[in-house]
Parts: sequence; C-alpha cells; structure tokens
Amino acid sequence: MSTYIIYKLILVVAVFAISLLIAMYSTYAERKVAAFLQDRLGPNRAGPFGLFQPLADGLKMFMKEEIIPNVSNKFLFILGPGLAMLTSLCTSAVIPWGPPLVINGVKYSLQVADINIGVLYLFGVVSIGVYGIMIGGWASNNKYSLLGALRASSQMISYEVAMGISVITLIMITGSLSTSDIATQQHGFHTGEHWYSFTWNFFKNPLTFLIFFICALAETNRAPFDLPECETELVGGYHTEYSSMKLGFYLFAEYVNMFISSAVMALFFFGGYNFPWMDKIADPNVLAAVGTVVMFSKTIFFIFLFMWIRWTIPRFRYDQLMNLGWKILIPLSLINLIATGFLLWGTGRI
Amino acid sequence: MQSLSNRSKVVSNKEMSFLERMYLPAILGGMRITMSHFFRKKVTLNYPEEKRPISETYRGQHVLKRDEIGAERCTSCGLCAVACPAEAITMTSAERKKGEEHLYREEKYAATYEINMLRCIFCGLCEEACPKEAIFLTDRIVPSDFERNDFVYGKDKLVEGIEPALRIDVTKRQSKEVLDFKTHPEFTHNQLWDPKKSIQSKNAGH
Repeated sequence: MSTYIIYKLILVVAVFAISLLIAMYSTYAERKVAAFLQDRLGPNRAGPFGLFQPLADGLKMFMKEEIIPNVSNKFLFILGPGLAMLTSLCTSAVIPWGPPLVINGVKYSLQVADINIGVLYLFGVVSIGVYGIMIGGWASNNKYSLLGALRASSQMISYEVAMGISVITLIMITGSLSTSDIATQQHGFHTGEHWYSFTWNFFKNPLTFLIFFICALAETNRAPFDLPECETELVGGYHTEYSSMKLGFYLFAEYVNMFISSAVMALFFFGGYNFPWMDKIADPNVLAAVGTVVMFSKTIFFIFLFMWIRWTIPRFRYDQLMNLGWKILIPLSLINLIATGFLLWGTGRI
Repeated sequence: MQSLSNRSKVVSNKEMSFLERMYLPAILGGMRITMSHFFRKKVTLNYPEEKRPISETYRGQHVLKRDEIGAERCTSCGLCAVACPAEAITMTSAERKKGEEHLYREEKYAATYEINMLRCIFCGLCEEACPKEAIFLTDRIVPSDFERNDFVYGKDKLVEGIEPALRIDVTKRQSKEVLDFKTHPEFTHNQLWDPKKSIQSKNAGH
C-alpha cells in the first residue's frame, strides 16, 4: 500500500511538473511560432535559441510590483488567478499518459486517477475554470475587466453545450466514460479487418472531432475566439487590473489549459498513447516509454495547431461568435449525435 | 461608363456558395499560406552580430576632422549651424593662443561644439555647408543610450583622434565636387597644410 501511495505521489509530482514545464515552454513556442509564421526570428537572446526566455519571463513576473486596486474585493481578487490555475492543473489527473509500467510483475498505470467517470470529471473541472475568470473580472471593479469576464463566461458556457454534445457522441461510440478505457479501445491504428476499420475515434467520426476542436479553441479562450482578452477593445479583458505573478497565473493557466485540451484531443480522437504497430514491442516498459513519447508528441502537435490557427485567423466579432456557437455548432452537433445514434443502431452496435 | 484605367471591376453581390459559407476551405487556405512562411528565409537579422549592407555614402554619426598634422579643421564659422534644418548644432568660439597652432588650424576655433543627436535628421546639410572640410557624416550608427542628455554629443565624441589608427576615413564621401572644391585655387587654404605657404608663416616673414 505504501509503495502505491509513493508511486502515486511521484506520478502526481511528475505530471504537475511536466504540465508546468510544457506550459512554460508553450509561451516560448508561441512567440517562436508567431515569429516564424511572420518571417521573423523570435526570441533568441536568452541562452541558445532563446531557450531561457521563459525563465527570464517568469523572473520578471515575480519581480514586478504587485498592485491590488483599492476598490477591488481583495479576497476574490487574489482567489481568481489561484482558482484559474488550480482548475487547469486539476484536469491532468485523469489523462492516461502512457501504457502501464510493469515492475516486478506489478502493473503501475501512468494515470494519476483511473476513475470510471473520467470524462465527466474532466468536464466538471473544466467548467469550474470559468469561475477563475469570472471572479477575477468581477473583483477587479473595472468595466473592461467586467466586460471581459462576461464575454468569457458567456462564451465558455455557450461552447460547452456543443462540446458536451460532441462528447456524448464520442461516448456513444466508445460506450465508456473512463478515459483509460477510451485509450485502450483505440489500441494500435488499424485492425486489418476492413479498409475502414481504424481504431482511432477520429476516423470513426471526424465531424465530432471538428466540433470538439472548435469548441476547445473557444474554451481555452484562444484565437480566433480570444474575445475575453482582446487588447484592441478591452485593454486586457478580465486581467486588466492584474499585475505581477497574478497576471502570470492567468496567462499561465491559459497555456496549461491549452496543453490539457491538446492532450484530451489526442486521447479522445487520435488514439492517446497508441501508435501503429505497437504490438511489435514485447517489453511492456519499452512500450510504456514509447507510448508516453507518442502521447506527448501528439499533444505537442495539437499545441502547435492551436498556435498555427492563432497566427492565421483574425478574431471573430462577438455576434459572429455567438451565432457560430448557438446557431451552427449546437444544431450540427445534435444532428451528428442523432445520425451517430441511428448508425450505431443500424449496424447493431446498440 | 467607359473605363479610363481598364482596372475597374464590377462589384458582385452574389450569395456565397455553401462551401464559401463554411469558411473551412478558406481557413485551410490561410493556414497553408502561413505555413509556407514558416519555412521561408527570415527577413530579420541578429542585429549587433549581423549587419545589413549600407550605402558607401551612408549618413550616420558625424565626425569633426583634423588635418594632416592633427589640428582641428573647424573654424567655428557657424555655417553648419545655420544650414541645419533641425537646429541641432550649437557651438561657442574661441581665439587660438600662441603655441596652439598644432591644435587648431585657424585663428578661431570651436571651444565647444555640440550636436544633439535626437534633433539631428542626418540630412548632411552641415557637411555641404562646411567650407573647411571639417564636418562629415560617417557610416557609424549613433548608439542607443539611457539619458536624453547623453545624446548631446560634444567635441569629445565628435572630433576624431590624432593617431592614424584613430582617424576616421571619409574618402568615400568626398565626391568629385568636394575634391574640385579642395583643389580650387580660390581655396588654397583648404589644401595640404604647408607651414611655408601658410598665412601665418607669411605674416611671420614680414
């Protein structure tokens, strides 16, 4: 039992550290990708290729003067960024990062909490994430912050509906709410039975992925849905009044969210840690190592895709955002849900 | 109506097709364009290490020239200050004392000579106005600084050094007109300094 607890503690710390590390280097990658897409070189002064830039940025954030407005609600003002960070880090608990390790005949799964309602937990925690933004924006007592917070909350709530429906479609296909089940079901890449019998969920229902992906962009407040913090209209949106590391926490939480959404997309639709010809690796520990690398590569690809989109597409207007959410994505996901239901019924899966 | 430039287009207000209304093909097209830029040669340089080639007659930081024996050429006539459209140049004059002939070329010299680099527009009119071949713009770039006052360059920064290694080469800036001007008989005082021919030695002979 104690080894189990020690193992879980190590895993928790490892996942926590990796989440922070990837989020940290996402800030660097964002600037680098932005620069490269715009024919520039990007940060390259701090260390080789500017690799110490995130450290310098973090240090700057810590050293900055901390300003709490007099008219703000101080407790909530401090609570906001903490909550945003907490919820974004909580979500990584249910994601299986790789196939289980086997040490002395005992299986150690590379998942912090293998709960049978992992998907539900994920969406529960993600929807709490809006509180961090809401509370921060409201407690600042600033009209820009409030407008940003309102935009953020209405946007996140609107897109959560379509996202939820697309996840229900996914659950109908997988028949399980457990994230580890979803991962193991997508074993390998192709069963070899028919030409269409791919195991990854993306090939089973690409439309679900498309809806999920668009909603994930909106959920993480990324461009083209970054209205809550659009500098051109709202100064900085919900974090206008924030300074120092509290601002850093908000920005950082966004990158952690992006990392987790990428991991979730890799897990739900692109096979998670599974890869073609994975059965050829006999040693489970080697498989675990390769699987983890595959999982992280897929995640990093999605992070790159997020950035690629951000530096390509201009921002939506607010009414367009709402139209897309309510009038297009929700009906589309409902049609998708019903069609998938009929298809499963017709092929005798349910 | 007849088109004058043959470039006018008829504005069409047609409904977008279903594919166009989905925007996804357009978005993918946009992403293809940005990705093509990802691998393109970057237009920025690592500035202090790499430098863009500049013109041979680039107009950068000024230099106040010395003549062949190392005396300052400037006689503080003030023509550069008058010519300066940005009013960046100020100077005060002083009279040369006996025994300072090796320091100042003419009887009058600039005791202080200041150019405000924040005002200067690097037009080169001071160089054109100078009758003594004293001021030139060079290919050096004015470095950045922290204080506004530090951009007021005095003689310590403007006058070139006496040693040959410290001299600033401006031969590329000396166009045909400048060279003609130098050899014009009316301006013999601008030619190679020769103590025997100079006015001072003539006066001394009397």
